[in-house]
Amino acid sequence: MTKKASAPSTAETAAKPASGLAHKDAPINAQLTKEQRIDLFRQMVRIRRFEERTLRVYQQGKIGGFLHLYIGQESVAVGTVSLKGQHDHYITAYRDHGHALAVGMSMNECMAELQGKYTGCSKGKGGSMHYFAPDKNFWGGHGIVGGQTPLGAGLAFGLKYKGLKGSCLCFMGDGAVNQGAFAEALNLASLWALPVVFVIENNGYSMGTSLARSSAATPLAKRADGYAMDWEVLNGANIWEVRARTAEAMKRAHESCRPTLLEMDTYRYRGHSMSDPEKYRDKAEVEEYKAKHDPINLLRADLLADGTLDEATATKIDDEAKAEADASAKFADESPFPPPEEIFRDVYWETDNPDKRTSQGRLFFND
Amino acid sequence: MPLITYRQAINDALAEELTRDENVIIMGEEVAQFNGAYKVTEGLLEKFGPKRIIDTPISEAGFIGIGIGASLLGVRPVMELMFWSFAYVAFDQMINNAANVRYMSGGLMHCPIVIRGPANGGTAVGATHSHTPENFIANTPGLKVVCPATAYDAKGLMKAAIRDNDPVYVMENTILYNEKWEVPETDYVVPLGKADIKREGKDVSIIAHGRAVITSLKAAEILKAEHGIDAEVVDLRSIRPLDEETILASVRKTHRVVLVEENKPFCGVDAQIAFMIQDKAFDDLDAPIRRVSSLDAPQVYSMPLEKLQIPDAHRVIAAVKTIC
Ligand SMILES: Cc1ncc(C[n+]2csc(CCOP(=O)(O)OP(=O)(O)O)c2C)c(N)n1
Ligand SMILES: [Mg+2]
Repeated sequence: MTKKASAPSTAETAAKPASGLAHKDAPINAQLTKEQRIDLFRQMVRIRRFEERTLRVYQQGKIGGFLHLYIGQESVAVGTVSLKGQHDHYITAYRDHGHALAVGMSMNECMAELQGKYTGCSKGKGGSMHYFAPDKNFWGGHGIVGGQTPLGAGLAFGLKYKGLKGSCLCFMGDGAVNQGAFAEALNLASLWALPVVFVIENNGYSMGTSLARSSAATPLAKRADGYAMDWEVLNGANIWEVRARTAEAMKRAHESCRPTLLEMDTYRYRGHSMSDPEKYRDKAEVEEYKAKHDPINLLRADLLADGTLDEATATKIDDEAKAEADASAKFADESPFPPPEEIFRDVYWETDNPDKRTSQGRLFFND
Repeated sequence: MPLITYRQAINDALAEELTRDENVIIMGEEVAQFNGAYKVTEGLLEKFGPKRIIDTPISEAGFIGIGIGASLLGVRPVMELMFWSFAYVAFDQMINNAANVRYMSGGLMHCPIVIRGPANGGTAVGATHSHTPENFIANTPGLKVVCPATAYDAKGLMKAAIRDNDPVYVMENTILYNEKWEVPETDYVVPLGKADIKREGKDVSIIAHGRAVITSLKAAEILKAEHGIDAEVVDLRSIRPLDEETILASVRKTHRVVLVEENKPFCGVDAQIAFMIQDKAFDDLDAPIRRVSSLDAPQVYSMPLEKLQIPDAHRVIAAVKTIC
């Protein structure tokens, strides 16, 4: 990929061969049925259409403070989550809508959450940055940059402790790697041989700061060398490559209980959140991405070319995704806000399970 | 006097201090090229250049620690936290190092650092982004903490903080950034540790800090107009040092007290104020002290619920009515 001309990683990544098609033949991809391939496309389209709809809802003033869109990065969440087995777990930062839909959370609960509605995935208590679905092995949705990285290692610790053959995929941005907690998590993961796959979604910017202005050395994943951990940089816009290389890392976690650090080159089309004038990058750069590296267009073209998909089906999938997103907006609109008592629920396990309470004394201190 | 925003007032304070003292520098995420996530540092890079207005990676523990270290050699860093909620990743530096180096060196060093940024709920950004840690800071001897409620105070306190030789942590409020107040063009400081009577009254003292002062002023207007109650509003401005004299003088005048804060109640700032008042002015009280704080739960995202969580004028009025 030729991108982020200012970023020192350009040379590294551009030097790599356009390897997507080779990865398509990797066993993990070759074994997919036609329907499964189409489903990868469908999931990416659903995320794109959902988020485009959230943007309109935001503009109507129905969504709170922040809305970080994942548009442009869909292949990373869909590709990695498509590898999920029973004991594979996922955790990410605040740019979490893509991972949430990919693990199977519904558009309805996600849209309702954005509007602070009772029918939202967190009953309206978390908002855009704090989606969770433990029943789907999805542990959030974390608002503090880098804060989720030790948790990802901790989920892996839990799997190993319990003797489960699984892994935790822990996502973060290119800016998050500079949090101290991440360095500590890397060392612990390698020292204790934890089955975690750290995934840096390198979209070139942390807010208005380019990669070159935030990290002293690239590729970012090379930091793993300092912790005797395997690492790799890959083209995140190519879902075959994402799947093939992530599958290897997950295998390393499952079979040898070793962590991996993957850096996936990707790009966000929208501003960091909603109020971002985007003066830190050229319009042309964004347009180049949309034109040449759009993960959905790339997969669409590929599936059309190999006969998996036809135009009519592709259009139908897109129409269905739009209709589903529209319906979710309607669902959210028609849903109630949580009742005021909800403010005090879910603070402590004990107060939600009063018959099983073991501590004594007063827990809440209102005036 | 010109009307300027709270944001502009802080920007002016920073620019004036950068001009006055070449050791003053600004450091933080997006403070330079992006002009600040909330535009508080807008234009400073252009005026003062990249040596003094410094963008950092997302490494709060690292850059705040660097600020503390530099301050030992006489640099006067003004660090921006994009949100005070992010202070927790740098707490070791802010608490263990900044607060203690002077003490543990037997007074051999001092740490003239300012750490500033918004600390407030009320903008539907969820529990991780809505913390009000003034009580945590005030709980730490060695640190100073101020919470300006108006543009005038924001500017004056910021300048005092930058000139102070101890670590001063300034907590702003994103909801106030666009609000306008009269601010003189002349150089002035608001001394740390000086409370301000924002409204004179005789029936009850409403004591508040930060945006709760604005809420209390609103409540006082309604109390006067609709209930015939004449409330005095005391703005603490500075939490530590604390202006006990102004608080006690007001209590001795009105004999009734309502404490208002956006902090959570348990071990909140007002717990200390309430103790102090009963300790030093017990005989002057004609009624129990009342408190209004944020509802005692993590900050809820849902907008209508968060409105209920943060004190509003109605809750202040209701509290006043129980003792007047
Ligand atoms: C500890 C902390 N500091 C700062 C922020 C504010 N912030 C939110 S996102 C962000 C940029 C993160 O960039 P990156 O890690 O590259 O992720 P991306 O937004 O590109 O997905 C910043 C500075 C935060 N949420 N937490
Ligand atoms: Mg990024």
